[in-house]
Amino acid sequence: MLLQQLVNGLTLGAVYTLIALSFSLVMGILGVLNLAIAELFMLGGFFGFAVIAAQLPLPLAILAGMVGAALVAVIVEKIGYQPLRDAPVVTPMLSTLGFSIIFQNVATNIWGSDPLQLTDEVLATRFTLGPVSISAMQITVLGATVMLVALLAFVVQRTSIGRALRAVAENRDVARLLGVSADRVTLLAFMLSGALAGAAGVLIGLHYAAITPYIGVEIGLKAIAVMVIGGTTRIWGALVAGPLIGIAEVMTVAYGGSQVRDFVVYGFMIVILLLRPQGILGGSGADQGQRV
Amino acid sequence: MISVYYAGLLADVGILLLGALSVYIILATGQLSLGNAGFMGIGAYLTSYLTVVVGVPITLALILAAAASGIVGTVVGFPALRLKGIYLAIATLGFGEMVRSFFLNFDTMGGSGGFHGMKHISVGYIWAWAAGILILVVLLERSRVWLEMRAVHDDETAAGLVGLNPTTIKVGAFSFGAAVAAISGGLFAHHHVYIEPGNFGFERSIDFVLAVILGGSTVGPGALVGSFLLVLLPEYLRFLADWRLAAFGVLLIGMLLVRRQGILDRSLFNALAFRRAS
Repeated sequence: MLLQQLVNGLTLGAVYTLIALSFSLVMGILGVLNLAIAELFMLGGFFGFAVIAAQLPLPLAILAGMVGAALVAVIVEKIGYQPLRDAPVVTPMLSTLGFSIIFQNVATNIWGSDPLQLTDEVLATRFTLGPVSISAMQITVLGATVMLVALLAFVVQRTSIGRALRAVAENRDVARLLGVSADRVTLLAFMLSGALAGAAGVLIGLHYAAITPYIGVEIGLKAIAVMVIGGTTRIWGALVAGPLIGIAEVMTVAYGGSQVRDFVVYGFMIVILLLRPQGILGGSGADQGQRV
Repeated sequence: MISVYYAGLLADVGILLLGALSVYIILATGQLSLGNAGFMGIGAYLTSYLTVVVGVPITLALILAAAASGIVGTVVGFPALRLKGIYLAIATLGFGEMVRSFFLNFDTMGGSGGFHGMKHISVGYIWAWAAGILILVVLLERSRVWLEMRAVHDDETAAGLVGLNPTTIKVGAFSFGAAVAAISGGLFAHHHVYIEPGNFGFERSIDFVLAVILGGSTVGPGALVGSFLLVLLPEYLRFLADWRLAAFGVLLIGMLLVRRQGILDRSLFNALAFRRAS
């Protein structure tokens, strides 16, 4: 029972991790809370479902979700962020919120407000390992997450694009003086974060075997909590915080009743913000500068 | 005699105005709160409990709830001192979700099933409160306290160096904002005569902030303009049927791009008030 809950929690946590990374890429580099990510995630799910409905293979669905959401993220960046870059943090946050409103409305009009169900059982085979039963779908979600995170780690740590991202995150002005095109990096951060959110959308759609236009807000807010708990200046904090929150949530549902879980998650987030504002994995000193 | 339809809209404007003012007061000290729906929820549930279960008259119940919420605001305001900018916004967001989640589990007041039994109040009563608080805020804007709040907003360290007490000012603003949000909640509960935790979620907090930012975040009456806009605009966009929310989003983004300080700012306000623009 306990082990089973751990596996279920890990699957949910994997999706949280991806969205938290998505928030954290934009937040860590630009200091902006891009609220449209919640809906990019939802849109990614619908794009993926469209591909699955067309009887195409699953990796293609995830790819479609990623590319689609990344392209939508470009629109958000060009209209909602770039012109408002020098405004107080509230302004770009609200313009991205404007985009969320639009995306949710458009999705409702196109796909309807009833949940879109996966018609045939995709990956319903279950494997039993001792006391634990794990479905092929759960393995897919976990595997895809690990691969995406590894890919992101490679891009951020080993490529010139990643170096530019980290340079701008460290100090935008100095990076520009050294010849990094900050505008391009900004756009890239939005696209990468959009792609991650899109992939997460497809995965959660598979996880629930259904998707609605309203899935973004609830999971998006939870992902913001995961990002904070992990620490925003080190994007890898989400790798610890995602599974942690996923497991904590599944455990509270199993042993404490489903209603308490939000209380636990957000309470934990506030405690972290107050006692360890740099997040679980954040370093000390310099990291605190921005937020306190 | 106004029609029931317009009376309902007016009531919504009044309730939203109070919520927007609660955000405005806190924002004046440079703190962005995304959790004011939490305070609103506390106010709504407390006044409903007082009027329905205890049998207290509505006005007294509202004052008591405002006081209680003000105390909660103080409790929230102190830890909030440690956080700035977007992190404070995220923490208050968490607070709001915690309050919603608390009422979802609070079976004494109906839990997820909601709570009812309140007596309906008139639009006039709602607006008496809304106008009263608005006038209070406008008067506050002309006082020395407001200058101190602006000083803390502009530069906390400098404000502290000239002998102001940023802690008192910031926590005080939180407390006052929380009290105003509670009144908004109490009026909401007695206007709709039914409340459920979902009424006081993230979207509600965002509505408050939107009303302030759209209307103009530098002058109190901006919240009034923003509240009218936020309630009436979706109504006027009704001809767009299913697409009106998208149209609203487009207008919101356009507005932020063209006039990010909001419709009403200091110079426009002065011009409208037939005073020399400074």
